[in-house]
Amino acid sequence: MSKTENYEDAVSRASSDVASFDEHEKGLFGRFHHLLHTTPALVPLIVLVAAIVIFGLVLGSKFFSPFALTLILQQVQIVGVLAAAQSLIILTAGIDLSVGAIAVLCSVVMGKITFDYGLPPFIAVVLGLTVGTLIGGINGWLVSKVKLPPFIVTLGMWQIVLAANYLYSANETIRAQEIEEQAPFLQFLGTTFDVGGARLTLGVIAMVVLVGALAYALRATAWGRHVYAVGDDPEAAELAGVSVHRTLMSVYMLVGFICALAGWVMIGRFGSVSPSATTGVIGNIQAITAVVIGGISLFGGRGSILGAFFGALIVGVFELGLRMAGANPQWTFLLIGVLIIGAVAVDQWIRKVSA
Amino acid sequence: MTDPILKARGLVKRYGRVTALDHCDFDLMPGEILAVIGDNGAGKSTLIKAISGAVVPDGGEIWLEGKPVRFTSPIQAREHGIETVYQTLAMSPALSITDNMFMGRELRRPGWRGSLLRQLDRPKMERIAREKLSDLGLMTIQNINQAVETLSGGQRQGVAVARAAAFGSRVIILDEPTAALGVKESRRVLELILDVRSRGIPIILISHNMPHVFEVADRIHVHRLGKRLCVIDPKDHSMSDAVAYMTGADTPPEAMQPA
Repeated sequence: MSKTENYEDAVSRASSDVASFDEHEKGLFGRFHHLLHTTPALVPLIVLVAAIVIFGLVLGSKFFSPFALTLILQQVQIVGVLAAAQSLIILTAGIDLSVGAIAVLCSVVMGKITFDYGLPPFIAVVLGLTVGTLIGGINGWLVSKVKLPPFIVTLGMWQIVLAANYLYSANETIRAQEIEEQAPFLQFLGTTFDVGGARLTLGVIAMVVLVGALAYALRATAWGRHVYAVGDDPEAAELAGVSVHRTLMSVYMLVGFICALAGWVMIGRFGSVSPSATTGVIGNIQAITAVVIGGISLFGGRGSILGAFFGALIVGVFELGLRMAGANPQWTFLLIGVLIIGAVAVDQWIRKVSA
Repeated sequence: MTDPILKARGLVKRYGRVTALDHCDFDLMPGEILAVIGDNGAGKSTLIKAISGAVVPDGGEIWLEGKPVRFTSPIQAREHGIETVYQTLAMSPALSITDNMFMGRELRRPGWRGSLLRQLDRPKMERIAREKLSDLGLMTIQNINQAVETLSGGQRQGVAVARAAAFGSRVIILDEPTAALGVKESRRVLELILDVRSRGIPIILISHNMPHVFEVADRIHVHRLGKRLCVIDPKDHSMSDAVAYMTGADTPPEAMQPA
């Protein structure tokens, strides 16, 4: 025993300073790679700025004006809010196919409660937000307690909510004029104001504030750290003392709430309440597209919600820019397809920790 | 004889048809280092998980300082001051060292930023994390905010041990703490174990490394076929005795077998 033990004694003479190495000369390229690794939202930001610059150079002041640029914000406000919701789910390594459907159903609920039951619009909005939160809660419960895959749960919930939306509303639209006369509060988020050529709506501001608040919560609060930990490795998070169930429930309920908020934004944007709004059918894919272009990993635990916001803006810039350039709209879809694949490829490259 | 700080009687845990714990007894005395050894599949991990709340036993009772306790989650065990380092380490690879050390017990800023905005007190958490790592001699970690996935296996283990040592107040459970460590880190962990004991906190050490077990343990719990076979004193028995008992090659003398 004594003979075998002595070899470890030499350890006591070892230095006890924090290790430091000469900064290995990485060059500009290497430093850029490191920056991308530590700041995942940088890639979509670069793409966004590049897209704006290129369209600005090609199209001139027609595109590069406060009016056009804020028009993009208005056009992406619904997708932007949905993408914020989708980001939270994807950070927990889930996926939510029901976001758009929940938004449409909640906008219908807000309209129906005001016009069919005669309740004040404020109450209608509160109830609409509650319905969204409840649907999110059901999703969360099925994912967290019944342990069903999020894809399956929300694929089913998407159909259920969309069908319920048509059944409940009898596919009847509430016209913008009626809402304007009788319940202007429903269109509250559509309130516009001009700031020197730029036109903003409260819906746009709501989107920006929402993204900012979520970015803060994810980065600087315990809840945010738990969301990342659960997405990274739920078993490890549980053993480390995180309540995975509570975290997932809070995320899914918050997402339901945000989707309902998107429904309210929709009324502001369109003026009317329409059960057959395309958001119900393609809102989920639009949101996932923004999230993926924004560099959030579909495997969970990695990425930043700012990236998803930039992703939504990139799509908006492409749509408006190409339309102004008179291109066939199919070019937009083609380029977005390229961006999706490109974003994931860049992401894989950044992940190479060794570099 | 003093009363055990942690006592278990008749613990049973079955996974389907597999019996992992078969009316197992367990005693941890105050201020001691108790090693738990046993062959693969003997049920060591299940025993530890039952004590740390990660597994709810099908039967049996556990007392902590004489009071009956029933943990249904690791969080509850932690609230009672039982801290565990799992073999899998239970860390989130993409998060930083600081985030991992404080996972589930984050510190908030004082004042309105903490209560209203629920903002984390990063400077304080980083300072404590750095101190704890320095205590452990993990000087090769340069950046306290680097992601755990960028650390070597031994460094990760060191961080996990530092986390338990920093927060455990009644009992610290270490599941194979030196398995992935280099010579220097192993030595540090063993020193830390002795250091923690000198502060009066008892330790449960699960290990396959017989020299380490015999060096630091006060008593050795030999686990075999889902129950406690015997408890031996490392001063009275050799490593080959222990291996013979735990593999069933030899039976311990009657006197060693607890009732």
